Amino acid sequence: MSKKTMVSFRLNGKDTDVVVEPRELLIHTLRERCLHTGPHIGCETSHCGACTVDMNGMSVKACTVLTVQAEGADLLTVEGMAQGGELHALQEAFMQEHALQCGFCTPGMLIRAHRLLQEIPDPSEEEIRYWMAGNLCRCTGYQNIVKAVQYAARKLRGEAVQTSHPLMGETR
Amino acid sequence: MGNMNAESERVAALEGMGCSRKRREDPRFLQGKGTYVDDIKMPGMLFGVMVRSPYAHARVKKIDKSRALAHPGVHAVLTADDLKPLKLHWMPTLAGDVQAVLADEKVCFQNQEVAFVVADDRYVAADAAELVEVEYEELPALVDPLQALAPDAPVIREDIRDKQVGAHGARRHPNHIFTWNIGDKDKTDRAFDNAEVTVTQDMLYPRVHPCPLETCGCVASYDKARGDLTVYITSQAPHVVRTVVGLLSAIPESKIRIISPDIGGGFGNKVGVYPGYVASIVASIVLGRPVKWIESRAENLSTTAFARDYHMKGELAADSDGRIKALRVHVVADHGAFDACADPTKWPAGMFHVCTGSYAIPNAFVSVDGVYTNKFPGGVAYRCSFRVTEAVYLIERMLDVLALKLGIDKTELRLRNFIRKDQFPYLTPLGLEYDSGDYETALRKVLDAVDYPALRAEQAAQRADKQAEWLMGIGVSTFTEIVGAGPSKSCDILGIGMFDSCEIRVHPDGSAIARMGTITQGQGHQTTYAQIIASEAGIPASVIQVEEGDTSTAPYGLGTYGSRSTPVAGAAVARAARKIREKARLIAAHLFEVSPDDVEFDLDRFALKGSPGQFKTLKEVAWAAYNNVPEGMEMGLEAVDYYDPPNFTFPFGAYVCVLDINRYSGETRVRRFYALDDCGTRINPMIIEGQIHGGLTEGFAVAMGQEMPYDEAGNLLGATLMDYFIPTAIETPHWDTDFTVTPSPHHPIGAKGVAESPHVGSIPCFTSAVVDAFAHLGVTHMNMPHSAYRVWQQSRALGLAER
Repeated sequence: MSKKTMVSFRLNGKDTDVVVEPRELLIHTLRERCLHTGPHIGCETSHCGACTVDMNGMSVKACTVLTVQAEGADLLTVEGMAQGGELHALQEAFMQEHALQCGFCTPGMLIRAHRLLQEIPDPSEEEIRYWMAGNLCRCTGYQNIVKAVQYAARKLRGEAVQTSHPLMGETR
Repeated sequence: MGNMNAESERVAALEGMGCSRKRREDPRFLQGKGTYVDDIKMPGMLFGVMVRSPYAHARVKKIDKSRALAHPGVHAVLTADDLKPLKLHWMPTLAGDVQAVLADEKVCFQNQEVAFVVADDRYVAADAAELVEVEYEELPALVDPLQALAPDAPVIREDIRDKQVGAHGARRHPNHIFTWNIGDKDKTDRAFDNAEVTVTQDMLYPRVHPCPLETCGCVASYDKARGDLTVYITSQAPHVVRTVVGLLSAIPESKIRIISPDIGGGFGNKVGVYPGYVASIVASIVLGRPVKWIESRAENLSTTAFARDYHMKGELAADSDGRIKALRVHVVADHGAFDACADPTKWPAGMFHVCTGSYAIPNAFVSVDGVYTNKFPGGVAYRCSFRVTEAVYLIERMLDVLALKLGIDKTELRLRNFIRKDQFPYLTPLGLEYDSGDYETALRKVLDAVDYPALRAEQAAQRADKQAEWLMGIGVSTFTEIVGAGPSKSCDILGIGMFDSCEIRVHPDGSAIARMGTITQGQGHQTTYAQIIASEAGIPASVIQVEEGDTSTAPYGLGTYGSRSTPVAGAAVARAARKIREKARLIAAHLFEVSPDDVEFDLDRFALKGSPGQFKTLKEVAWAAYNNVPEGMEMGLEAVDYYDPPNFTFPFGAYVCVLDINRYSGETRVRRFYALDDCGTRINPMIIEGQIHGGLTEGFAVAMGQEMPYDEAGNLLGATLMDYFIPTAIETPHWDTDFTVTPSPHHPIGAKGVAESPHVGSIPCFTSAVVDAFAHLGVTHMNMPHSAYRVWQQSRALGLAER
C-alpha cells in the first residue's frame, strides 16, 4: 500500500475532496467514496464505456483515469444531469424512445451523448453511431439509442418532438 | 360521441394491454439510481477475489496461502480444504452433475477457481491473490470433443471415473456424460432407405458467451446474531437459489433471503450458481461479516455459462419435389469439464427436439452425446430457449442444403413443407404439440416487403458479372420457437415443477402491489405485468407497483429465462387479476344490493346490466373490500395464482437478410434485415420491438464474429473485449421489424414469449445469407463466425480473392 493523496475536484457542481492511493481508479472513487453509483464497470480493457463521465468537457472512461489525475477537474456524472427535478432532454428522450432496457450502459451512454450534442447540435445518424461507438450496449441493438439522441437534439434545438412509440398500440 | 371519448379516455388511463406504455423502470436508471449488486454497501463489508488456475488440466500439488494471509487487510484465504468439512468443495449443478467450487486435487479448465481471498477492499484482495502460491503438475488437455471418447483420451473427471450411470443414463467412457435419443429410429431409417433424395451436412455451432454488460457478483451477509443469511445476487432464479443454498447449508429456507436487485442484463448467464457465490456465502458465515464478490469481464467470459458448442450432423430425406420425409440428427455436445448445463431435469439436450422446425416432417430421430472437455461449464445460455438456437440452426441450414440439391428456391421449399395453419395444434414426430401458427402468411408478408423476386433478379445479374467486386447473398429463416417451460409433468428444475406465480394485493385506495416469481433483467416486467393487471382487473397501471426478486416477499417462482415470463408468470398474472375482478364484482353487486348476475365488468368499473350509467369503480369497490363485504366473504382484495402451464407456447418468425460480401477482403455488409415475429397477443409493442432489436444484434454478433477458441494446451483465446466481438453502434445494422398476431389458444391472454426469438431466428438467417453469396459456386455451408478472415478464406478457396 502506498501513501495516500488528497484530491480535490468539482463533482456535479459540488466541491469534493477525497483521499486516495495513487493507483485508485476514478471509477472506484466515484462509486465507492462519492457514492455516485450511476457510472458502471463493464470491462477491464477500456472498451465498454459504461464508466463514461464528462471531465473538463471531455468524455472519459473513468476506469482508465487515476483519481489523482482528476485534481482540479470539473466532473459531470449521470447524477448531475437532471436539474431542479426536471429530467435532461436526453433522459426524457431515452425514456420516450425506449433506448434502455437493463439500464447498465445507460449512465455512460447519456453522458457520452451529452458531450456529442455539445459538440454537434444536429448530428446525422452516422455521426451519432460513430460518436457513440465507445459505448457498448447488450440490450437495445442501438437503434432506439440513435433515435433518442435525435429526439434530444431536436428538443434542445427547440423543435417539436414526438415519441416514435405512440402510447396506444396497434392491437387494441 | 361523448361516451366514446369518455371510453377511449378510460382505456388510455388504464395503460393496459397493447399500448406502448413507457417504462416504470426508466426514471431510476436514467438518473443513476438503479440498485445493482456492486452498488450495495453494508457495514463491515469485505471483498473477495478468486485465485484461478493458469492451466487447463493439472494436479494441484500444494497451495501456500501464508504470504497472502500475512498481507495487511486480509481476513481469510479459503481453499478446498476449508470447504471439505462443510462438504462444499463440490456443488450440485442444474444438470445433475457436480462442479468443483474450489479445486481439490486437480483443475479441469483454465481460470478454474482454486482459492478465495477475502480482504478489506478489492485492491487489497487483488494484491493478496497474487501472493497465493499454487504448485501444479500439468496434465495433457482435451479440447476437441470429437476426440473425447477415444480410448486413450485424457480422463478429465477422475472423481466419477468409474461411475457407470450418470444423471442421464449410462456412461460408456470416463469422458462421456450422456447419450440422449428421441424419435422413432427404425421408421426414420426406413424413410431414408426409401427416399428419392437425401442430403447430409456437418455443422458446428461455435462456443460463444452471453457477456451481459454487468458481470456476475453477490453480497453475502450472514448475521450470526439472528442466524439468518441474506444474499444480494445477480440471479435469474432467486427462489431456486434459495432452495439450493438451503439444501447445501442446512439453513432452513425461512432464514435465507435471496435478493436479485436490478440486474444489468442476464441473457442466460445468470441462471446457475457459480463458485464465487458459494465461496462468498461460506466466507460470510465463517467471518460473520458481509462479503462482496464481483467478477471481472475476463473471469465472466472464461468461467461462467457459455452457450452452444454443438457439433451437429443433419440429414434430410425428401422426394424429388422437395417434400421432406424424414430428419435424422446426431450431435456431439461439448459441455466442458462439469455438466452445469441449465436445463429442466429430464431434458439433458434441452428442447433440441423442436428441430423439425416449422415443417410437417413425418419421421425424425435425434441423438445427442454429451462429452467432457477441459473447458469451462455451461451450454444453455444466451437466448437459447434450452438449445432451440441449435435446433433452429440445424433445420434451417438443412432446408437450405436440400433446396440447393434440388434446385428449388429456398423460400418455395419452405412453403411446400410448412405446417399449415389448419393443422394446429400440431403433434411433431418428436412429441411436441405446437399450439398455433400461420407460417405461410408470415413468410409471404416478408417476401413482399423486401420484394424478394427483385432481390433474386439483382443477385442473378450480379452473379453474371464476373468482374463484380461484391457478392450478394440472401438469407431466409422461418423458425418456430418453443418457450414457456413448462408443464410440471415434464419440466422441473431440481425437482421443482416449472410453474410460476403472481400475488396481487389491492389497497383500500384502489392502488395495488403485485409480485411475481420471475425476475426481470431489463425486459420491462415492472411495466408490462402492470399492463396485464390493468386490462384484466381495471386498475390503472400507473398505480400498480410491480416487484420481483426478493424471496422473502415475492411468491415462489422459477425465474426468468427461456422466454418463460409471459407464458408462465404472465398467465399467473392474468389469472390472479381475474380472481380480483371476480371478487370485486361480487362486492359491487353487494353495494348495489343486486344479484351478482346483474353486474358486469366494464374496463375499470362494475356496471349494472342494462343501466350503464350506474356503476361502481374499481376504486370504490376496493374501499368497500376493507369495510363492507357480503356476508361470509373474507375482507380485503387480493389474489394469488400459481400457474402450471398446460403446454409451451410456440411463437414463430420469418426473417430475411440481404448482405454483400467483398470477394477480395471477405468484408461483409448487411444491407437489409427484415424480421417478422408473431408472439400472439402483444402486451407492449414498444418493449417487444426493443427485445427484437437486442436479439437481432446478438444474432449478428454470434454469426459474424463471436467465438471462444481454445489452443491445444487448453488456453482460452480471446476472452476479453480485446477480441470477443461485441458490436458497437457502427457495426450494428438497421433493423426492420414486422409482426402478425396468432394467439396461443391455451394461454389466458393468448400471449406467447418472444424475447429469444430474434436471437434464435436471426443466426441461421445470417449464415443462410453468407452461404447464399457463394451458393452458385457449389457452397452448401460455412461454419460461423463469418468474420472477414474466414469469409476471405472461402472466397480464396473458390479462386475469387485474387485480383
